[in-house]
Amino acid sequence: MKPIDPQKVQESLSSLINQKLYVHLETTNGAYASHKDESFFSAGAFIRNAQLTFLQGKIKGNGPYRIGLETELGWLYAEGLTDWEIDEQNRLLFAGHDSEGKLAIAFELSTAPFPK
Amino acid sequence: MKQHVLVVFPHPDDEAFGVAGTIMAHTDAGVPVTYVCLTLGEMGRNMGRPLIANRETLPEIRKQELKKACEVLGVTDLRMFGMRDKTVEFTDQEVLINRLLEVINEIEPSLVITFYPGYAVHPDHDATGAAVIQAIKRLPQGERPTLYALAFSKGAEDILGPPDVEISIDKFAERKIKVLEAHESQTAGFVKGMKQRYEEKDEAVVKQLTLERFWTYPIDE
Repeated sequence: MKPIDPQKVQESLSSLINQKLYVHLETTNGAYASHKDESFFSAGAFIRNAQLTFLQGKIKGNGPYRIGLETELGWLYAEGLTDWEIDEQNRLLFAGHDSEGKLAIAFELSTAPFPK
Repeated sequence: MKQHVLVVFPHPDDEAFGVAGTIMAHTDAGVPVTYVCLTLGEMGRNMGRPLIANRETLPEIRKQELKKACEVLGVTDLRMFGMRDKTVEFTDQEVLINRLLEVINEIEPSLVITFYPGYAVHPDHDATGAAVIQAIKRLPQGERPTLYALAFSKGAEDILGPPDVEISIDKFAERKIKVLEAHESQTAGFVKGMKQRYEEKDEAVVKQLTLERFWTYPIDE
C-alpha cells in the first residue's frame, strides 16, 4: 500500500458511484489489547461482503483521512485512514496503520465479493 | 506404543511461541507431528515491517510463512482447515469437532497439544482448545491421548496451579528463533530484539526460548 493521495482517492471513489459494491469494513485494536493493558477497553467490529451502493462519496481531512459514503438509506463512515491501493483485481483498498505499522482500520470496496 | 503428536492451533505462529521446541524435540526424535491450523490469521494487525501485506494479501503471505515454519519444525503433515480468523467460536461447533475427530481417528495421536480453554486470552484460542477437548472426549476412556494444554492468561497459574509438564528445549532455542522468523509478517517487529537479548542472556528471553510449560488436561474427568 502507499500513503493516501486524496485527489486520486476522490477520483476513484467518484468512479464507483451508483455501482453495486461489496464492502469490507473493520476496526481493531488487537485481540491482546486488554491482555497487555487491563485498563484498556477493547472494542472492534468487522463486516465482510455487505452489499452497498452509494450516491456520493468523499474523502476529507489532512491525514489520517476520513471517508464518508452516502447511500440511499444511510451512511458509511471510516476514519484513521493512512494508506491505499487499487489491487490487481481492481479493488479499492484502504487501511489505517498506527505508528508501529499495525492495522487499526481497513475499508475496502469491490465490484465482486471478497473471498469469505 | 506408537507415538504421534497432534498439534491444533487457530493461527499460523501460535505454534511458534509456546510449542516450537517441544515440536522439534519430537520431530528430531523421529516422532511424526501433525499440525492442524484452523485459520490463516486473516485478521492479523501486523502487516510486516516495512508493510508487506494488506488485508487481502495477508492470508497467502501467512500461508507461505506457515509452510516455511513447518519446514524448520520438521512438520511434514500440515493441515489447514480453511476457517476465518476471529470466527472460530461462532462457527458450527459440531462440524469443527467432527473434523478434528476425523483427524484424531486417522492418525491416532499419543499426545495432543492445544490451548487451555478459558486461559488462552484470544477467543479463537479458547474455542480451539474447547473443540479439541470435545473431540477427544468422544473417544472411549482408556483410548484417549494425553492432552497438553497451553495457558497464558493473567492469573492462570493461581487457578490451575503450576504447570505439571516442563520441557527443556535448550537444544532448540536457536531453531525456535528461526521458527519465529519464518512468520516474518507477524514477528519482524520484535525478533531482532529478542535475538539480541538471547545473546546477552536476558533471563526472561532465555527462559522463553529454552523452557516450554504445559498443563496436562484432565481429559477423563
